[in-house]
Amino acid sequence: MMNTPPRSGVIREINGPIVTILLPGLRNGEQVEIGRLGLVGEVIALDGEEAIVQAYESTEGLRPEEPVAGLGWPLSVELGPGLLGGIFDGIQRPLEKIFLQAGDHIPRGLNLPSLDRERSWHFVPDPKLQIGAELTTGMRLGTVQETNTIEHRILVPPNRFGSLLELAPEGEYQLEQPIGRVRTPDGRTRKLKLFHRWPVRIPRPYRSRDHGSAPLITGQRILDTFFPLMKGSKGAVPGPFGAGKTMVQQQIARWSNADIVIYVGCGERGNELVDVLESFPKLQDPYTGRDLMERTLLVANTSNMPVVAREASIYVGLTLAEYYRDQGYDVLMLADSTSRWAEALREVSGRLGQMPVEEGYPAYLASRLAAVYERAGRVETGGCGKGSVTLVGAVSPPGGDFSEPVTAHTKEIIQTFWALSKDLADARHYPAVDWVGSFSEHVHTAAEWWHREVDASWEKWRGEALALLARDAELSRIVNLVGSEALSSAQRWELEGAALIKEGLLQQSALDPVDTFASPEKQFLLLNLMLTIYHKGAELIELGVPVQELMELPLLTRARRAKQVYNSQQTDKLRELLVEILGEFEQVRLEYAKFEEHAR
Amino acid sequence: MSAKEYRTVASARGGLLLVKQVPRVAFGDRVMIRDHRGRQRNGQVIRSSRSEALIQVFEGTDDLDLETTWVRFMDQPLEISLSPELLGRVFNGIGEPRDNRPPIVSNVRRNVSGSAINPAARTYPREFIQTGISTIDGLNALVRGQKLPIFSGSGLPHNRITAQIVRQARLMDEESGFSVVFAALGVSHSDARFFEEDFASSGVLGNVVMFINLADDPPVERLALPRVALTAAEYLAFDLDRHVLVVMTDMTNYAEALREVSTAKGDVPSRKGYPGYLYSDLAEIYERSGRIRDRHGSITLMPVVTMPSDDITHPIPDLTGYITEGQIVLSRELHNQGVYPPIHILPSLSRLMKDGIGKDDTREDHPRVASQLYALYARAQEARNLASIIGADELSERDRRYLEFADAFDLQFVTQGEDEDRSIIETLNLAWELLSHFPNDALSRVSETDIAKYHHSGKK
Ligand SMILES: Nc1ncnc2c1ncn2[C@@H]1O[C@H](COP(=O)(O)OP(=O)(O)OP(=O)(O)O)[C@@H](O)[C@H]1O
Ligand SMILES: [Mg+2]
Repeated sequence: MMNTPPRSGVIREINGPIVTILLPGLRNGEQVEIGRLGLVGEVIALDGEEAIVQAYESTEGLRPEEPVAGLGWPLSVELGPGLLGGIFDGIQRPLEKIFLQAGDHIPRGLNLPSLDRERSWHFVPDPKLQIGAELTTGMRLGTVQETNTIEHRILVPPNRFGSLLELAPEGEYQLEQPIGRVRTPDGRTRKLKLFHRWPVRIPRPYRSRDHGSAPLITGQRILDTFFPLMKGSKGAVPGPFGAGKTMVQQQIARWSNADIVIYVGCGERGNELVDVLESFPKLQDPYTGRDLMERTLLVANTSNMPVVAREASIYVGLTLAEYYRDQGYDVLMLADSTSRWAEALREVSGRLGQMPVEEGYPAYLASRLAAVYERAGRVETGGCGKGSVTLVGAVSPPGGDFSEPVTAHTKEIIQTFWALSKDLADARHYPAVDWVGSFSEHVHTAAEWWHREVDASWEKWRGEALALLARDAELSRIVNLVGSEALSSAQRWELEGAALIKEGLLQQSALDPVDTFASPEKQFLLLNLMLTIYHKGAELIELGVPVQELMELPLLTRARRAKQVYNSQQTDKLRELLVEILGEFEQVRLEYAKFEEHAR
Repeated sequence: MSAKEYRTVASARGGLLLVKQVPRVAFGDRVMIRDHRGRQRNGQVIRSSRSEALIQVFEGTDDLDLETTWVRFMDQPLEISLSPELLGRVFNGIGEPRDNRPPIVSNVRRNVSGSAINPAARTYPREFIQTGISTIDGLNALVRGQKLPIFSGSGLPHNRITAQIVRQARLMDEESGFSVVFAALGVSHSDARFFEEDFASSGVLGNVVMFINLADDPPVERLALPRVALTAAEYLAFDLDRHVLVVMTDMTNYAEALREVSTAKGDVPSRKGYPGYLYSDLAEIYERSGRIRDRHGSITLMPVVTMPSDDITHPIPDLTGYITEGQIVLSRELHNQGVYPPIHILPSLSRLMKDGIGKDDTREDHPRVASQLYALYARAQEARNLASIIGADELSERDRRYLEFADAFDLQFVTQGEDEDRSIIETLNLAWELLSHFPNDALSRVSETDIAKYHHSGKK
């Protein structure tokens, strides 16, 4: 980091969040303290003796000629125990502490440290480390139990490698108390602490990229069963307002099998973050049985907070995610919404008078977007085995038009695309993931996992369900023109089969305590159930059983309700239901055969 | 306050004044302008540098000249005075009295820009408000502290619906209603009179503060008005512990004014000429609603947005929908069929309904009934489309049942009188009357227990 003494200058012009200052010798990206209030900002362009600064806080009340000072370092975050369970703003200020200290509204110029300096942590040094050992970046120095579920691994910071001179014994330490000393290659002795800083715009180093992976299980049927997302990969959820982007992301934050969840509210509603803060502590992690907040961390730049910090919030979230990745965890980062981040870029570039290329966006939109998503991935860490960052971004296209720049560029970059449809949402078909417009590039890779862990016919059944849905779309077009009377019995049964898939499998209520989460096994059994009903019915129709009779079978309603009657532990009940339903079909077949015989 | 006046105006156009050779004026500060006839105007600094300041003039720049326009920098932000005396009063967009009564005198003065509510200070809104309108209460319930706009079109009865909500809105177990902040942006004289008379005749006038900018008042003032009105609302809610309902009509006029000024400033336009910051700007307004930890009061916000050419994807309704917690959408088709209130349920949504309804708040079957009605009505639209192609007589029996349901739904559930205040229980019972058109097996979104308890086939 740059460590030059602070230099000072003055404000020349204030134009909304963009402040022009007179202060030579700054560096692009450097943090600046602006005006008497001490607002924080970042240098985004240099021009002779002048620098252009974007302010993270409202510039109201600033005057030309007020002092400014260069701080000598770029926007950085504090990395150490005490992050989990917290809520931070777009530049990692601790919002709960700010609330306690300053009340309901966020004051300006209040700079509290991100991590609590008073709190002590129980540090256990790594028993394998000997004095004199060669420390390399990312090596584990010891551990601290951060929450009941998460062991925080204290790492050798990227700029502190060398030989270990001293490591503190097990005990209680505050963040500023040294837990060791190292001699770096330049011969200097440096302290090691429980935390360190890292500049957010630079990806954290790792040893190598790693490609093997398993699907992230979200407990959401249409996602896991139809459009899987691998751990360490990147996905997007585009959709018009009210289609359910936030719900999808919150559902994944709740139920996925990630170790750590970083939820970035970027330019969205304050109440949505409160919803997480109030509901997560009451929910149980289905994998550890603990309060969900113990593995969750929020970064919040709500839509009414300064737009410049919105741009920063994504990088802050990513850096926090990479830090837990480096500890060997599977981290999930959710960004709601990346469109607001892109709009923040557009706003700043507009104020700088940069040439817009499409819909006012600057030419570098696509490359910045790609660079953000590139920070996802699975890696071999410096000393904690493998870790991953999975990144899922919501996209909010104006007018719901997926051809607009942010959606279009995102689609090129990501591997899993969960497209939300207004029509489905209007009919309250939730999650409103459109099976036609969505895709996953990882179906085959995910299939290996499903075949090993759940059932060897997963890929086949999945394909069949999608094919049935495709035929349904075709037939529905005919029905909408001439009515269902024009269809053959077999075709009408296909429509019924597709309806079963939609209602009994795809629709999943986030609000129903049973339906909200489905284990992979439950997902597979429901898929199996719906398709078996469809097949059995098709056989009977072949024999001549009137389709009307089948459509009135009460077992169809039971199958549709099964998802909210049996939870993920009651898979044996689902299997029993399948057997029972097979029996009922057999019954119908026998009765029909008898009836036929009679008629003859 | 600096007494010095500057006569160094270099340009005056599009509601903006550029003043040269000014002292170091603060960004956002208030400005007084005196024109050649000695009349006063108000402004605000929107760009400030060492040599010049750009000022947005609320009363506009019409009839100003460069030689005899005097500018005084007030050395303070745009503020208003606040006291309980606000109630029953009428102000303009920058908080000056419009009712020929003296200005409010108080030592509580607040900057109208406000500052962002700390998300950690909020608490989730969950108290059901009964508006007495079935399509809202039953299917898109409003809760205290929500921001729920009405998406309308020109000529649709959004004023009558808003007035009905103001008259009827209350919590189920509370008698006292809301204090109302009424913000009128560019509305016609007759619309403003309609509201005043409605407030007067229902006896709530003493509990209403009005901020009025009429269609022939200066458009730039509309940029300040919502902020002034919300500053008053915040005072009533969080200083005086009241539950405040803010009605803002019409936000489309606000956005138009913003476009006018941003164009004059030369900001890079995004869609349809609106500035790229329209989203953030609207959010600064809408996000001032809500509930706050340990505070008794609340701000519930109902903006009215008329959709240009009835287009819900137009930037103004679109960006509003991306910020608010749902929307109530009016339909011209229903209106033309004589349905009042012409609320189209399919595109309507209340995102905060989920925590405000159900067993402890309304009735246990409420969430499932709402979901079931939606599923049936969406399906019924397909039957309607088909009927319009092949004729109702050609429909299958199933489709015919859907068609009948949709008609009954529009006529009995959606339609109600302007003075008809239905309790939520009445609304839910009405819903079951409609659901009972279908056999049990067709209702997979309600539970078996619901059916046994409420389906007409179940209760003999
Ligand atoms: N899986 C689900 N189960 C039940 N309800 C859902 C589900 N998904 C979405 N909804 C409903 O849809 C509403 C809107 O969803 P959400 O807030 O996630 O939309 P969004 O796409 O994020 O919109 P915006 O872009 O405006 O933020 C929710 O408030 C909820 O009522
Ligand atoms: Mg959302």
